[in-house]
Amino acid sequence: MNYNWNWGIFFQPNPMGTGTYLDLLLSGLALTLETAVLAWIIALVTGSIVGVMRTLPSKGAYWFGFAYVEFFRNMPLLVQLFLWFFVLPEILPRAAGLWLKQLPNAPFWTASIGVGLFMSARVAVQLQAGIGSLPRGQKQAATALGLTTVQGYRYVLLPMAFRIILPPLTSEFLNTIKNTAVAITIGLLELTGQARSMQEFSFQVFEAFTAATILYLLVNAVVVTGMRILERYVAIPGYITGK
Amino acid sequence: MIEISHVDKWYSSAFQVLKDCTTSVAKGEVVVVCGPSGSGKSTLIKCVNALEPFQKGDITVDGTKVNDPKTNLPKLRARVGMVFQHFELFPHLKIIDNLCLAQEKVLGRGHDKSVTKAMMLLDRVGLKEHAQKFPAQLSGGQQQRVAIARALAMDPIAMLFDEPTSALDPEMISEVLDVMVDLAREGMTMMVVTHEMGFARKVANRVIFMDRGEIVEDAPKDDFFGKPRSDRAQKFLSKILSH
Repeated sequence: MNYNWNWGIFFQPNPMGTGTYLDLLLSGLALTLETAVLAWIIALVTGSIVGVMRTLPSKGAYWFGFAYVEFFRNMPLLVQLFLWFFVLPEILPRAAGLWLKQLPNAPFWTASIGVGLFMSARVAVQLQAGIGSLPRGQKQAATALGLTTVQGYRYVLLPMAFRIILPPLTSEFLNTIKNTAVAITIGLLELTGQARSMQEFSFQVFEAFTAATILYLLVNAVVVTGMRILERYVAIPGYITGK
Repeated sequence: MIEISHVDKWYSSAFQVLKDCTTSVAKGEVVVVCGPSGSGKSTLIKCVNALEPFQKGDITVDGTKVNDPKTNLPKLRARVGMVFQHFELFPHLKIIDNLCLAQEKVLGRGHDKSVTKAMMLLDRVGLKEHAQKFPAQLSGGQQQRVAIARALAMDPIAMLFDEPTSALDPEMISEVLDVMVDLAREGMTMMVVTHEMGFARKVANRVIFMDRGEIVEDAPKDDFFGKPRSDRAQKFLSKILSH
């Protein structure tokens, strides 16, 4: 293989005039983090609502939750992003479609919402399983004390269900971060996107993607550590799964 | 206080769990419900505070019809204490918070008042020094006493007990029964599903014997233990009293 290794490339100025190649990658990292955090917030909030709906006695709520989850988890993420980014503006009424297309930072919003909704289906399924794993008597005890359904979920069921699903939620948070890389296909210059442009400008493909790999690993290591600390913080003394 | 009249309940169109059950519990009365497993006794007392729906008949608690769609069920349930076989304390809350949650969220009692009430009741069941512990740090008997205190914190007009000692080690049964005996002697209206015939002998006014969803026998305590009228009740008694 005829390849000129050049690890010094990171400290050479990039052709965009925005500092060095390292700065280029770091700006991509920042965008990855912003997208991932917004997507994760969307995934947690909507996923929690849909997950709760799937455990309610109401048939309507259950079927809505069922349809929502199956819609968002059974389509490839890439297809979903294309749908929101390319197809949605075309099928909306003309004015609304035009407004969407002219939205500043459209790739960022599309990626955050698209990845967020995709992940929300997974959060919903896990929360449903978490609530389902609680003894049936817990809900009955809450009900028997006079708590309403909302209060029962808020004060009794959800605090335990979220503790139980914290470890798998950590994996989902990591997946959310990694999935933002798909947004390169709708022109979002996040970490993978910037590694690609570094490769195109400098031809140092191995250095660019080695750096991107290390940055992803570092970010995920931070998330894993943070979630471990959170798990320990919310652990319940004497409770077996709370260890 | 509790009027149950001609209650029928089906789990599916084929399986009837309650057949034309009629009985009542007067104010200050202690009624023990016994019978073989699967006879519908737990289901019957769960119908009293509408934890289980039923299809036919009426149940009235202190003049309020349980099966009336217009009844404010959370409000009614808050006035009827319930103790479960598996305690059903909320594992993520300290003992004191288990006792305060519904006082504050359902009755709207202030925090200080709730804590005072909770501490008084914990003292009464002999667990004052455990107030800051979590449920998993207590023994089964202690947890069940906390569960009784939690129900009493709501100032109930009646108490329902669903096999309160069935999940306990033999050595812990008496500490729970002692609390229940005290409660009965103070004039609390109680409906108790249990196999503890010693408890029934000591404090019950009436004993109800159920078999296959039917109330087979509903007699004053002395009549029941003296000469049960039905064969099935006689057989049941001879089996559980022979050891």
